[in-house]
Amino acid sequence: MSNDSHHEENFLQKYIFSVDHKIIGIQYGITSLMFLFFGFCLMMVMRWQLAYPETPVPYIGGLLGETGILMPEIYNMLGAMHGTIMIFLGVVPLAVGAFGNYIVPLQIGAPDMAFPKLNAASYWSYFIGGVIMLASFFLPEGAARSGWTSYPPLSIFETGQTAWLIGMVFLITSSLLGSMNIIVTIVQLRAPGLTWFRLPFFVWGQFVTAFLLVLAFPPLEAAAVLQLMDRVAQTSFFLPSGLVYSGAAVDVYGSGSPLLWQHLFWFLAHPEVYVLILPAMGIVGDVIANNTRKPLWGYKSIVYGSVFLGFMSFIVWAHHMFLTGMGQAMSSFFQTTTMIISIPSVIILTSFFISLWGASIRFTTPMLFALAFLPMFGIGGLTGLPLGVGASDIHLHDTYYVIGHFHYVVAPGTIFALFAGIYYWFPKMTGRKMSEALGKLHFWPSLIFMNGIFLPMFIQGLAGVSRRLYDGGQSYAHAQDVLQWNEFMSISAFCLAAAQIPFFINIFVSMFNGEKVGRNPWQSTTIEWSAPSPPLPHRNFENQVEVYRGPYEYSVPGADKDFSPQTEK
Amino acid sequence: MQIPYITEERPDTGLTNSKLGIWVFLASEIMLFGGLFSAYVFLRIAAPEGDFAYWGSKLNIPMATINTLVLISSSMTMIMSWASLKMKDFEKYKMYMGLTLLFASIFLVIKYFEYTGKFHHGIYPSSSTFMGIYFTLTGLHMLHIIGGMIVMGYFWLPFGNKMWTTEPERFTNRIEIAGLYWHFVDLVWIFLFPILYLL
Ligand code: HEM
Ligand SMILES: [Cu+2]
Repeated sequence: MSNDSHHEENFLQKYIFSVDHKIIGIQYGITSLMFLFFGFCLMMVMRWQLAYPETPVPYIGGLLGETGILMPEIYNMLGAMHGTIMIFLGVVPLAVGAFGNYIVPLQIGAPDMAFPKLNAASYWSYFIGGVIMLASFFLPEGAARSGWTSYPPLSIFETGQTAWLIGMVFLITSSLLGSMNIIVTIVQLRAPGLTWFRLPFFVWGQFVTAFLLVLAFPPLEAAAVLQLMDRVAQTSFFLPSGLVYSGAAVDVYGSGSPLLWQHLFWFLAHPEVYVLILPAMGIVGDVIANNTRKPLWGYKSIVYGSVFLGFMSFIVWAHHMFLTGMGQAMSSFFQTTTMIISIPSVIILTSFFISLWGASIRFTTPMLFALAFLPMFGIGGLTGLPLGVGASDIHLHDTYYVIGHFHYVVAPGTIFALFAGIYYWFPKMTGRKMSEALGKLHFWPSLIFMNGIFLPMFIQGLAGVSRRLYDGGQSYAHAQDVLQWNEFMSISAFCLAAAQIPFFINIFVSMFNGEKVGRNPWQSTTIEWSAPSPPLPHRNFENQVEVYRGPYEYSVPGADKDFSPQTEK
Repeated sequence: MQIPYITEERPDTGLTNSKLGIWVFLASEIMLFGGLFSAYVFLRIAAPEGDFAYWGSKLNIPMATINTLVLISSSMTMIMSWASLKMKDFEKYKMYMGLTLLFASIFLVIKYFEYTGKFHHGIYPSSSTFMGIYFTLTGLHMLHIIGGMIVMGYFWLPFGNKMWTTEPERFTNRIEIAGLYWHFVDLVWIFLFPILYLL
């Protein structure tokens, strides 16, 4: 293993097939940002169709067929792949693969991940899964088009699903390897003196997330195997008896159950939403403490809250299935657990808000994104409550209200937190700061247009407009009153794309010309800032790190500066 | 700086990295097979009365019983191979590990005859929901056997066990870890045998 750098590495070993957690983290980061961008582009094509139905899509219309109009089959393909790519190839790899990989070992004073080779295997498995997903667009069958949820029976008959399932198996393998590694690293490689309650909240967030990934993904893998069997070996695990498809009886044994898929799928997919949010909360916690120059308020309750959240997330899954006729007892159980699970999120969010109280806040770009996260995630979370109550969910289920709700959580929520993380840790990765001016030019328009896209979705959803409609509701009488919002939302989406230009310029310009900084440009307390920027290849720190204090000792009375690093006595 | 706790245990957790790693991995495996077992229960309840029992009676219980014994023996020889390393007896290790690989191959051969026997009678995964879940569960289990054999075969062959001369302690740990995995695969079969063949 190349821990001690006594041999020279060539370019391939150093940058491509590296086993250094920092390089792998950056590989994850670049790949996932590209997927996020791609998923966003798919969505813009869809938004064009929703705003201007049946008009040729500008610029790329040629790819969609002779007329340049987005046809329903392709709309479904783009929709399914937007969801899949955003979640499994974009946000999770960025939050866990990139930030988890790069930051966790540094924040616990470790030289690398516990299993560097598995770490590289995790990235390459992710890469292969991504390539399969992308390649599926070019297969004769096309990409999957049964939604990211892949509900049978439709998914058994629709084309493109096989590639999706095979791609998912690679992605699941990748996240399994990655999260195993994170768990072992955090348990085993904490520097001397770094007790559990001295861990930064970011590390806690990653720790709970890793458990969710390890325990929740395998049932989806099981379900994917069963669905694959249904598709290629003509079994009927998910197909009931007497099924008629396209006017003909389906020739299978039958006696299977489509609901089985929903149970297995949501057993993963609910914990998955906490996989999307916990790392984001971790970043926000660190950034808030650093920029308020105060300890994070209620650190211990936040930690306990996130652990509790992790446990609870395994027993709420059927709140996605209230409309499947599950019966009173089941439905009451899942309504209750869903209400209970909202408590820890509220505790965490409230603690973050209280942390701001009386602080002399530094309004840096990372802080702006972290601050915006709070109300945005708040909206996302609060609008989720009506969905967790069976009575109101009957009205809201599968409408644009749901789309609005979870996008508030993942887009101006998680994505903003990830932006905060990029601006915050960029100096550690490159030794240079990103431009504050460009950062603000990125932040303010993003905030405005995000809300321009997603706020009207609540209005449309309350009016009853269904999701996954190719014409955005044109053909439904009840949707007519709210259709005018479609154009507004789409234009906001295009403007949001434009608002990302300063971000990309910022990354490239700052990488080469940004202001040079030392080890600790933000005057932060956590351990990663005591390493050189960028940290040393394969070992991170010059000497064995020793830890003497908690993660957020800012403005300690009697100290000579307003931050007391964990590594200083 | 080397990655610590590869061979020695971390004092406050009492674990080496790979020991913890394999436990976490096995936890995820439990969730994988747990998901499939729950699917089995769900489908059994959803199926018409007696459907699973009817198709289940077509399976070959004697062959599966022999296979159960074969796998249990392989688990025992696996322990012996690790114990031999602990006692620094490399030749014995080679013998026991070889036996483990032999038992694993016998398992696969018997399974091969079971499968082809079914195919000869025109029974395929699509024949019934029970047969579907039977082939899926045992097939996935077989993949785990094959995976284990690849790893153990590597440690058995000369280029894989070079580590014994350079880092004997680490090599012994590797065998222990491989053993934990192998016992798990064995355990899965102990569950599969009754629910597929006997119920
Ligand atoms: C920030 C820009 C984004 C915009 C404008 C956007 C827009 C949309 C729209 C309009 C739909 C509904 C399509 C339909 O029902 O026909 C949708 C679906 C979806 N989006 Fe996004 N999205 C964005 C980001 C994200 C992110 C960051 C994630 C995940 C992390 C995500 C995950 C999903 C999922 C899972 C679906 C459901 C797909 C399905 O129906 O199967 N989106 N998005
Ligand atoms: Cu949920």
